[in-house]
Amino acid sequence: MFTEPDFSKLIHWTARSSIKDVVHAIEKEHADIKDLAALLSPEAEQLLPRMAARSRDITARRFGQITQLYAPLYLSNICINRCTYCGFAADNKIPRKVLTIEEAEKEAVILFERGFQHILLVTGEAPKAAGVGYLEEVAVRLRNRFAALSIEVQPLETAEYARLFKAGITAVAVYQETYDRIVYDQVHLAGKKQDYTYRLATPARAAAGGMREIGIGSLLGLSDWRAEGLALGLHLFWLRKHFWKTSFTVSFPRLRPAAGSFKPLVQVSEKNLSQLIFALRIFDPDVGLVLSTREEASFRDGMLGLGPTRYSAGSCTAPGGYSNKDSDGEQFQIGDERSIFEVAASIAARGLDPVCKDWDKVFQTEN
Amino acid sequence: MLTIHSTTFNSRLFIGTGKFSSSVVMKEAIDASGSEMVTVALRRVDLDNPDDNIMKALDRDKYVFLPNTSGARNAEEAIRLARLARAASGSNWLKLEVTPDPRTLLPDPVDTLLATQQLVKEGFIVLPYMNADPILALRLQDAGAAAVMPLGAPIGTNQGIKTELLIAIIIEQARVPVVVDAGLGAPSHAAQAMEMGADAVLVNTAIAVADNPVRMAKAFRMGVEAGREAFEAGLGRKSISASCSSPETGMLTADLDFIKS
Repeated sequence: MFTEPDFSKLIHWTARSSIKDVVHAIEKEHADIKDLAALLSPEAEQLLPRMAARSRDITARRFGQITQLYAPLYLSNICINRCTYCGFAADNKIPRKVLTIEEAEKEAVILFERGFQHILLVTGEAPKAAGVGYLEEVAVRLRNRFAALSIEVQPLETAEYARLFKAGITAVAVYQETYDRIVYDQVHLAGKKQDYTYRLATPARAAAGGMREIGIGSLLGLSDWRAEGLALGLHLFWLRKHFWKTSFTVSFPRLRPAAGSFKPLVQVSEKNLSQLIFALRIFDPDVGLVLSTREEASFRDGMLGLGPTRYSAGSCTAPGGYSNKDSDGEQFQIGDERSIFEVAASIAARGLDPVCKDWDKVFQTEN
Repeated sequence: MLTIHSTTFNSRLFIGTGKFSSSVVMKEAIDASGSEMVTVALRRVDLDNPDDNIMKALDRDKYVFLPNTSGARNAEEAIRLARLARAASGSNWLKLEVTPDPRTLLPDPVDTLLATQQLVKEGFIVLPYMNADPILALRLQDAGAAAVMPLGAPIGTNQGIKTELLIAIIIEQARVPVVVDAGLGAPSHAAQAMEMGADAVLVNTAIAVADNPVRMAKAFRMGVEAGREAFEAGLGRKSISASCSSPETGMLTADLDFIKS
């Protein structure tokens, strides 16, 4: 089991470094966890352009001159949890909806026609309204149309992940939100999500269930972002050791305005976010790095090729929002509202290939 | 301290007992090496004969005996040899060697994996000799190998660590001890393996056929200790030079003017 990190130690290790150690970390052939701590330190900020260059070079060598595209498809915003930072929190007064299979397919067709081949199915935690059986049905209905389906839903059991893999789900995203136990307990007020340990063990359960790719992440703005970065590095390192056949991604959701007017507990700037991305890239050359539409277009464009490998586009975070633009009940406000065509054009303008398909249903299904 | 399957070792140098000019020299060399685990080729010993030279020369209380299946060409032969070794010695420890090509003595990956899977099931403590293939190392670990033993170069070639890049990957990914075995021709090679982070090395030819095996054994002991000490002390970082940036990118910094805050 990946054990809960001592967050105060992580804060301590990333609080300070020497320029010499940061330079070594940037230039080393293989950065280790101590190097990651140095790269996350305040001292590393003055070396950001050099970090960016190294991150760019590693990313190019490992992933190529590309950026992958995907779209989220929100199936349901019903949620039994009360997370203070989320628009879907149980006590927020928003219109609640769970899409029928037909409605989900209607949303999916829109995305398909826009050119997306990788879809991320998202739900709040609603085991009755949107449980494993429902997800299985959706997967079976959608899997032949797309190259890959992933899910970002409540933590499930290993056997449930195995069941969903068989149904056609390829990847699982589950973010610890914060590795800081104290803050975790403060922001998760009710529901199963209060169980920090169960959530922490979820990526391992998903991998054990056969999922080909696992996405981890921290919600930036809850606790010390440098320590979160180190926690992510540790978690990634552990997961790779125990699930060597599995691919991994890290996402960087940064708190944005949401219903319930939650203000981030700590400020995380674009500069901080870029440092976190570069540091993780240098630490782990093989991890996919995801930059969603939470971020603004100018930042996303600037970061192209510098470390991130996967972008969403044209996103809507309200269930049914692609079919009905007036749909309410979104999880967070979008920072980059551009369509897939605009984002793809930006990617191409940067000298990168916008990649819509990088998997195939045939890996998992017969026909 | 090195731990393999709940057994701890102070010495990270294992010695092969073959090729020595006499069992007396063998014993003196092993003493000088400080080693605590020696491999014994089953085809060389007469386990039924209490007067067997090799077995008599070595104090079974002092060393962990690691019978090896040297000469086996396939999994079936190796398994048979292993069972024989255990019956005679009472020990579960086994160095698995499946080497169908008598010229190169390179290990067969397929039968090494098959034999490991079977022998682990039968309760053996399996240390498989393997080519420096990182995927095979992971497969062997998944199968329950107690350690993995990737080669530096083919047996007896004394070439040093020709498989450096791959051994580095194996060490990085390993969940069990990594023992670099075969091809180590000089103490500096052994030191290099230890500096890379290997948990131990196994040396045979370089010591056994040296002009003075006892002194060479001592030299290897020092090389292994030096390498391990350096590794634990945190070796000075090597920097990649500026020219290592790929030609297409080349630039040492990236433009971050787009960042707002």
